[in-house]
Amino acid sequence: MVKVRKRAEKRLDVQTVGRNRIPGVAFTKEMKDGYTILVPMMAPIHFSMLKNILHDQGYRVELLENSGQAIVEEGLKYVHNDTCYPALLIIGQMLDAIKSGKYDENKIAFLMSQTGGGCRASNYIYLLRRALKKAGYGHIPVVSFNVSGMEKSSGFRLTIPLIFKLITAIVYGDGLMAMNNQIKAYEIEKGRSARLVEHWISRLTSQFNEGEGFTIPQMQNNFREMAATFTAIPCEHKPKVKVGIVGEIYVKYASLGNNNLEEFLAEQDCEVMVPGLLDFALYTLDAKPENSRLYGGNTISALVCEAISRYFQRMQKVMIDTIALYPNFIAPPSFSHTKSLVEGVIGTGCLMGEGWLLTAEMLELVENGYGNIVCTQPFGCLPNHICGKGMIRKIREREPLANIVPIDYDPSATKVNQENRIKLMLAVARENMRHEQEANKKQNKPDVPAPSRQGTDPFGQLGRMIPRLSIVSMLN
Amino acid sequence: MKIGLDIGSTTIKCVAIDRREQIIYQSYQRHYARITDSAICLLKQLQKEVPELFDAAELAISGSAGMGLAESCGISFVQEVYGTRVAAGKLLPSADVILELGGEDAKILFLSGGLEVRMNGSCAGGTGAFLDQMATLLEISLDEMDELAGQAEKEYIIASRCGVFAKSDIQPLLNQGARKDDIAASIFAAVVSQTITGLAQGRPITGKVIYLGGPLTFLPHLRASFDKSLKTTGFCPEGSLYYVALGAAYSAKDRVNLEEVIRRLEEYGKTEQYTYAEPLFADEAAYEAFCKRHQEAVAKHGSPGPDTMGAYFGVDAGSTTIKMVMMDEEERILCSSYQTNSGNPVPPVRQFLSDFYEQWPSLPILGSAVTGYGEDIVRTAFRMDYGVVETIAHYEAALRFLPEVDFIIDIGGQDIKCFMIKNKSIDHIFLNEACSSGCGSFLQTFANALGYDTEEFARLGLFGERPVALGSRCTVFMNSLVKQAQKDGASIENISAGLSISVVKNALYKVIRPSASEPLGEHIVVQGGTFLNDGVLRAFEQELKTCVVRPAIAGLMGAFGAALYAKEKRAKGGLPRSGLAQGLLTAEELKELTHQTISTNCGLCSNNCQLTINSFNDERRYIGGNRCSRPTTKRDEQQELNLYTYKRKLLEEYSRIGAGGENTKKQHPRKTKAHAKVNTMPLLTEKVIGIPMGLNMYELLPFWQTFFNELGYRILVSPPSDRALYLKGQGSIASDTICYPAKLLHGHIRYLLEQKIDAIFYPCMTYNLDEGLGDNHYNCPVVAYYPEVIAANEPGIKKSTFIYDYIGLHRPKEFVYTIHRAMKENMGKRIRLKHIKVACEKAYRELENYWRKLEEKGKMIIAGARQEGKPIIVLCGRPYHIEGEINHGIDQLITGMGAAVISEDALSPMMEKKPGTVLNQWTYHSRLYAAAHYLGTQKDMHLVQLVSFGCGVDAITTDEVRDIVEEKEKIYTQIKIDEIANLGTVRIRLRSLLETIGGKG
Repeated sequence: MVKVRKRAEKRLDVQTVGRNRIPGVAFTKEMKDGYTILVPMMAPIHFSMLKNILHDQGYRVELLENSGQAIVEEGLKYVHNDTCYPALLIIGQMLDAIKSGKYDENKIAFLMSQTGGGCRASNYIYLLRRALKKAGYGHIPVVSFNVSGMEKSSGFRLTIPLIFKLITAIVYGDGLMAMNNQIKAYEIEKGRSARLVEHWISRLTSQFNEGEGFTIPQMQNNFREMAATFTAIPCEHKPKVKVGIVGEIYVKYASLGNNNLEEFLAEQDCEVMVPGLLDFALYTLDAKPENSRLYGGNTISALVCEAISRYFQRMQKVMIDTIALYPNFIAPPSFSHTKSLVEGVIGTGCLMGEGWLLTAEMLELVENGYGNIVCTQPFGCLPNHICGKGMIRKIREREPLANIVPIDYDPSATKVNQENRIKLMLAVARENMRHEQEANKKQNKPDVPAPSRQGTDPFGQLGRMIPRLSIVSMLN
Repeated sequence: MKIGLDIGSTTIKCVAIDRREQIIYQSYQRHYARITDSAICLLKQLQKEVPELFDAAELAISGSAGMGLAESCGISFVQEVYGTRVAAGKLLPSADVILELGGEDAKILFLSGGLEVRMNGSCAGGTGAFLDQMATLLEISLDEMDELAGQAEKEYIIASRCGVFAKSDIQPLLNQGARKDDIAASIFAAVVSQTITGLAQGRPITGKVIYLGGPLTFLPHLRASFDKSLKTTGFCPEGSLYYVALGAAYSAKDRVNLEEVIRRLEEYGKTEQYTYAEPLFADEAAYEAFCKRHQEAVAKHGSPGPDTMGAYFGVDAGSTTIKMVMMDEEERILCSSYQTNSGNPVPPVRQFLSDFYEQWPSLPILGSAVTGYGEDIVRTAFRMDYGVVETIAHYEAALRFLPEVDFIIDIGGQDIKCFMIKNKSIDHIFLNEACSSGCGSFLQTFANALGYDTEEFARLGLFGERPVALGSRCTVFMNSLVKQAQKDGASIENISAGLSISVVKNALYKVIRPSASEPLGEHIVVQGGTFLNDGVLRAFEQELKTCVVRPAIAGLMGAFGAALYAKEKRAKGGLPRSGLAQGLLTAEELKELTHQTISTNCGLCSNNCQLTINSFNDERRYIGGNRCSRPTTKRDEQQELNLYTYKRKLLEEYSRIGAGGENTKKQHPRKTKAHAKVNTMPLLTEKVIGIPMGLNMYELLPFWQTFFNELGYRILVSPPSDRALYLKGQGSIASDTICYPAKLLHGHIRYLLEQKIDAIFYPCMTYNLDEGLGDNHYNCPVVAYYPEVIAANEPGIKKSTFIYDYIGLHRPKEFVYTIHRAMKENMGKRIRLKHIKVACEKAYRELENYWRKLEEKGKMIIAGARQEGKPIIVLCGRPYHIEGEINHGIDQLITGMGAAVISEDALSPMMEKKPGTVLNQWTYHSRLYAAAHYLGTQKDMHLVQLVSFGCGVDAITTDEVRDIVEEKEKIYTQIKIDEIANLGTVRIRLRSLLETIGGKG
């Protein structure tokens, strides 16, 4: 035992200083003013709000939304072709942006998230630096967006208050996304829900800029009003196939990564549910306590993580509880509930990539009536072999009606093939839905099993007391 | 009337039923990519046959190629697998499982006991297209293939995951003279294995099995192969081709006017919507200028005059073609030949030579050399003087056209070879390994599939105005891209041009991967048969934005180079390398030449290679398929200088200590002195713990063996992997794209489940030991969490005690408690913490001991190699890459070539952590970087990296290791391995590497 430790220590003594042979250009304080920070788009609702918060902090952030074949071509040229598709896309998107001529290449920086952990994703930032250097843009600084202190830069600091603000925005984003998804599919006047989302983003942003909207009561009010305004959108009563999307975080949310999956499903007349982003943040926070539970080690940082996680979960609870008051919505499940679902299916020590959370989200979707699931992953995504494809059998054993289709995304996978497989899943889903309806008929249950989307506002009275509720009329 | 139209990737099927659901019309035909035309044609024909019902019809379209068409023409679409389900529900209510193979799709439907339908993911291996490709390769029709399969005597192992891999398995077999019957049967077996792994994903295929779709309808022996594997007798119902179309017909609800549909289809055919690239040539004039420029690079031709002293003979026995050149001493080509080898290189050479002898009987052949895949067999058969590595041959030939050449790219039938030349010696070699999409056979297959011959197809593309942008990637994927382009209305011309461009892109971005800032070279020579295609040549120049030299004899360059090599060697007075000094067969001997092949298994070591023994008259023999020289020399090749062999041996010893199970119970390790000292330990019980020998167990076995033995358990280690073991567990593999080492684990677990043992131990380990070489010390996700996959997918595991708790060896203090908890939970409460503590202490010490042994042996090998003046190859990979089934005997291949082999972990302990450009956070990978840094300082060490196909982490490590090694001006060689490795390419690569090293001194 002693000797093995020594083997490690012996080397630690002679550790060479410096982390990188090719250090990236640092993002300095001075750059904060003149530079535009480009961020690849992922989840639109969340990222718009995150951008606005960073904006308020004095960072000139812009979300990259360029798309098209050129992005993949750039990616293939400068990134190892077997690297995960998200890395290839994001890097391709950034290079494409530089080459578009829209930006002054001496006045931009890139922001890339770095989760840490045993997945390849922790390496994206290095791949980006390598690609930039190869393409002749080595002078462009790359900022690491991480909360684990992996890389620091003087110009971009994730301070504790900032992190809290960002997380609040994510909670709002999750709520908005959940409600929007549940209304969007049924709204009579198309696009109304989307406009409402826009409205809420700008309204929340102006609250944020005034330092409001971050406290628990303020959140409560906001969510109440949000639910009320979404409830007010007229909807048609028509059962639809309910589909959930899970998978590797980028291809799950980003339309660039998943070939506009959500849009496609909407065209196929489905209601789409995508589990929230906060769960992923909480899952990441959960790694330290989990690891220290399993292997021992730094208990203090584990306790800190747990405390922070508890606070975030409280915010999540506000969102869930408020939405749950409106019976026409299915409220997102809480993180602790989601986590409890994997008991007996996969260990919560499985912490690379999306880890156990991916499995948990599938179970959570099934539980909430979204048994038809598209499990997205980049081709060759190692954690997904385990937690995605590897767990489907076990999930089906527990939930025989789970109808899961794993879809691989990579530069050469064609939309035709992907859509065909999704259509197969949908065909089975429709058959299941028919059976259910027939069964309901026999039992003389109402024809429409789906809860009516247009519900009453339990806070009707209260709602009216809130002066700003006239938004719906404003929108019309 | 209800009409169902099933438009698949290769065929179009139509069924019409009347109100009583009786079939009144059905047809099945290939559509050769003209989807809309064929659909219109079919409908018109239907109109002729049943005109009275035509006005009142319901129509639905199904099939992968029909989706886009249905959408844009507003016709309802039925997903094809679902269509099958609808039809089967009506016609075959008692079926349990349906297997349907289509052109590019494979589908499985579990109907009873929980409906589950699945189709192949992004991989088209094991489908009709794959079979077509294989038939093309064998130059037979599918029917003949089926017939041949019936006469098979044995099966070879062929990968079917990807047509590319399968090709690389079959080609060497053909070149070694294996019988086509056996190959045909092996191809069928591969399809079966692919279908079961890819689709069943752990669910047993039992009950009443139904076979549907083209391949299973037309090929009875394929069905037989499925029957054999599934241990059942499946049933292929009447109308098995039409189930999808029938399903569509049954589901058709929308009443349509067919006249109107035909009109809409015609309109749709006219639209072209797809992303396209620049045309190859703007106009005819540009093409003419282009042709003129390339006509300048011609070789000298001539016929022998009175002064001609003699001739030199060069052969390039390639993968699909054989090239021969006869030249005089002035290097004028006297005669040449370029033809497909039809699987056996011997007859064409024989024909060529006898023609030559007949034409110029008095002209002596002064020297002869052969290169390429078939080098050894041709050399033996005809007693050629020299064998030469392809790279050298090509360089020799290129020099004649462009003396200052610094980059050569050769695109042949199924391989791409590129090399950079620095200081008159070959510096960098790029070869395609996992992918043959940038190659000639790729174009050929497509041309044939679309109903053209290759030349005509290529010519069509020259003036395509809007070539389809196909990007780069695997052939199999390309099928679906082309399908999509067709769907979007691309014409044949534009598809052909697009394919030419994609060949080039593949070669550039998959194989060479240049960075935009560094040009490949200033003086580029392109060669190989594929470049004779003007479209490909033009696309190459366009992509590189430069002009290149294409010799008129581009296809013959290898053979020409071989002849030049023979001449040079002869001029230097060099004697042939081996004892074949008698020289080329004479005209008389040629007439008497007989050639017989027998295939057998070697059986001299655990590799158990498939051997093909070619015997010629006068007792010359050539044995193919072997990885080491043992079957030819009947001697155990010196494996002293091979650390991989040593590791295997050492681990085998560990697996025998304190082993349990049927045969080994008599052993009692506690009789040794060391054990006798510990009086407090429990006696070795009869309880046996099974350990699957895979992934990280390849390193941790010493630890667990000691640990369990100390606790009083016996261990049973699963045997080294082989093909049979893999097939055993194949059915429960959950992800078909995971790496081969992980897939093998299912077989190991199955083996252990069959033994009467008390528990199986295979823990989850997020972290590996910290060796201080990286920023962190993770395991890769697959190594870390594979036990979870086993627990979720292995059907028998629930009934046994499977210990797969999360444990961390990196924290010895806490580990004692976690393992204690895990053992108590699974093996009973009586396990005492103090015993665990002692066992852990010993286990850690034993692991350290094992490492020390490896380090010492590594040092000995290095010293030994230096004494003998042998180069040292550092064969880098993961601990589990030492297994023969995983590395395919590459370590022995290298020692057979006269080099010493050590592994990365023999060097890494000598290094400290170095800064890198990537996040260095995996223990195994840190070793790679450390070893790369170390060998950079050693003159006689060279790096070869083994990479498992599908390893996501290695996408990062390979670039980093390459950078480290190349910084030190060393050659980086990467070998991709999977279920099957193309040892032919591996051999070229290694030989070229060794020659280059030798050349550098």
